[in-house]
Amino acid sequence: MTSEQPGAVPDHPGPDEEPPLLRLRGVSKHFGPVRALTGVDLDIPAGKVTALAGDNGAGKSVLIKCISGIHAPDSGQMWWEGAPVHVRTPSEAAALGIQTVYQDLALCDNLDIVQNMFLGRERLRRTGLDEVSMENAARETLTSLAVTTVRSVRQRVASLSGGQRQSVAIAKAVLWNSKLVIMDEPTAALGVAQTTMVLDLVRRLADRGHAVMIVSHNLNDVFQVADRIAVLHLGRMVDVRPTADSDRQIVVDLMTTGESTRVVREPGRPV
Amino acid sequence: MTRVAEPDTAEEVLGQKKTVGRQVHAVLHRMPALSPLIVLVAAGVVFGLMNSRFFLPGNLSIILQQASIVGALAVGQTLVILTAGIDLSIGAVMVLSSLVMAKLVKDGSVPGPVALLIGFAVAVLAGALNGFLVTRIKLPPFIVTLGTLSIFTAGTLIYAQGQTISLPANTFLTWTGSTISIGSFNLTVGVIMMLVLYAVFAYALRQTAWGKHLYATGDDPEASSLAGIRTNRVLLSAYVVAGAVIGIGAWILVGRINGADPNAGVNANLESITAVVIGGTSLFGGRGAVVGSLIGALIVQVFDNGLALAGVDPNYQVLAVGVLVLLAVGADQWIRSVKS
Repeated sequence: MTSEQPGAVPDHPGPDEEPPLLRLRGVSKHFGPVRALTGVDLDIPAGKVTALAGDNGAGKSVLIKCISGIHAPDSGQMWWEGAPVHVRTPSEAAALGIQTVYQDLALCDNLDIVQNMFLGRERLRRTGLDEVSMENAARETLTSLAVTTVRSVRQRVASLSGGQRQSVAIAKAVLWNSKLVIMDEPTAALGVAQTTMVLDLVRRLADRGHAVMIVSHNLNDVFQVADRIAVLHLGRMVDVRPTADSDRQIVVDLMTTGESTRVVREPGRPV
Repeated sequence: MTRVAEPDTAEEVLGQKKTVGRQVHAVLHRMPALSPLIVLVAAGVVFGLMNSRFFLPGNLSIILQQASIVGALAVGQTLVILTAGIDLSIGAVMVLSSLVMAKLVKDGSVPGPVALLIGFAVAVLAGALNGFLVTRIKLPPFIVTLGTLSIFTAGTLIYAQGQTISLPANTFLTWTGSTISIGSFNLTVGVIMMLVLYAVFAYALRQTAWGKHLYATGDDPEASSLAGIRTNRVLLSAYVVAGAVIGIGAWILVGRINGADPNAGVNANLESITAVVIGGTSLFGGRGAVVGSLIGALIVQVFDNGLALAGVDPNYQVLAVGVLVLLAVGADQWIRSVKS
């Protein structure tokens, strides 16, 4: 199915090269008899948007759940900033600087934006919660990400539009000083204008030096925002390449069959 | 000079108009205790007009004293309901705890403070048992507390052997029944304890991380655990702290009836839920304020007292409370519904 051998990649980052922010080698995970991931290798560099593509059941969600500490991989190794790590819980991932924005957004509807952004990490002062400091930090973070459509940070999340909710979820990840932001289908439920808004936000995040990993079915989004495209097929990582060296047909081939013989021809690019 | 206004609110982005209904909706969501407060004030005005004795300090003092037991229990009930749970056993635990306190003093000649601590521990353990069954065995709170309601009620009756226990006034355990006069108001220590409970938990729910986690866990346990909150621990803490509140309620009860009666709390289980629901706290969790439950407990007593003063058949009070419960739940559904 694929000619790539996981073993072909060195087990440890070489001494000369700058280690990527996150390096996965040989990550496998099975649920009973179902092999969800088999020997997945992947590097996630800082300052880049890496798209993770794959058909339903290819293992995209399992892979991000392994990275964000929800599932423990059965085997394989993870390096974070060059050092081997084990991420066992979401809070351990958060402590490293890995934040995941889930598809269902994982925001509490009846809490306001500030409460959601600081949920689990409330700032305290002697007499109780430091609401002023939290409110200011939330507002500053939203402003710094150019999220300007939110009327008040004291609005409850249920009153926000889908794009605004996505923005709040992303801003929450930024607020918590994450170095890697993982997004699961960030535009799945959004209209055209809101999709643009969220993709712009994703781009700004990478330009600020965050590593961003997005899982998406939508190839329009992938080609619009990603620097690199990784494709999973039946639990195996079949291809990782820069977006410039790929096109829709190649990605579709890889997603459906696990391989593609097509070569991108672009003007001014040697074949 | 003209400037094109950018849409900057969710309503504008979605092309929605700020209607009156929408604004009322937003205000009620921010202040869940507002609508019960309006009902309480309106009821007070109406009953005051029907009978001028209603607003006499003596009468208002009686209302507060009558509300003190259910009011105290409603604090604990609010904590549990905010987590989207329910505690049907709350009154039974109070009676068991009060009986342990009174019986230890009366039959065991145990000093009052020690008896209080033991009775208090019984209430905390009962709360912990409910919390354990909900969080570890993963049973629905309704079923757990329906079961423990029977267990605690039967335990109380077996332990009491059908006897009521009366204690002399002005002992340590009955101190909660002693009167403190402020002007012409006759408050009891129990009433003040109940009000202090409300002050403490209003602060804890608004101003501590634990309070926020309680709301978050009740609103969306999955999102909360993804945010790093240990939701099981938060749930367990709600039942245990509710147990502690019930223990204090038991002390207030002993002072109020000068002893303990195994049949004293028959209606307290449901009355505490009624107070919380009328007080604007959502039975689906995550929304509400503890002060609303105080207002809810007062509303029930105000109807009881006001209709009696007006010479109305007391059955209408029960009917009125039933209507209020349905209105409160209906209002909650409306406030919860998101129109987008």
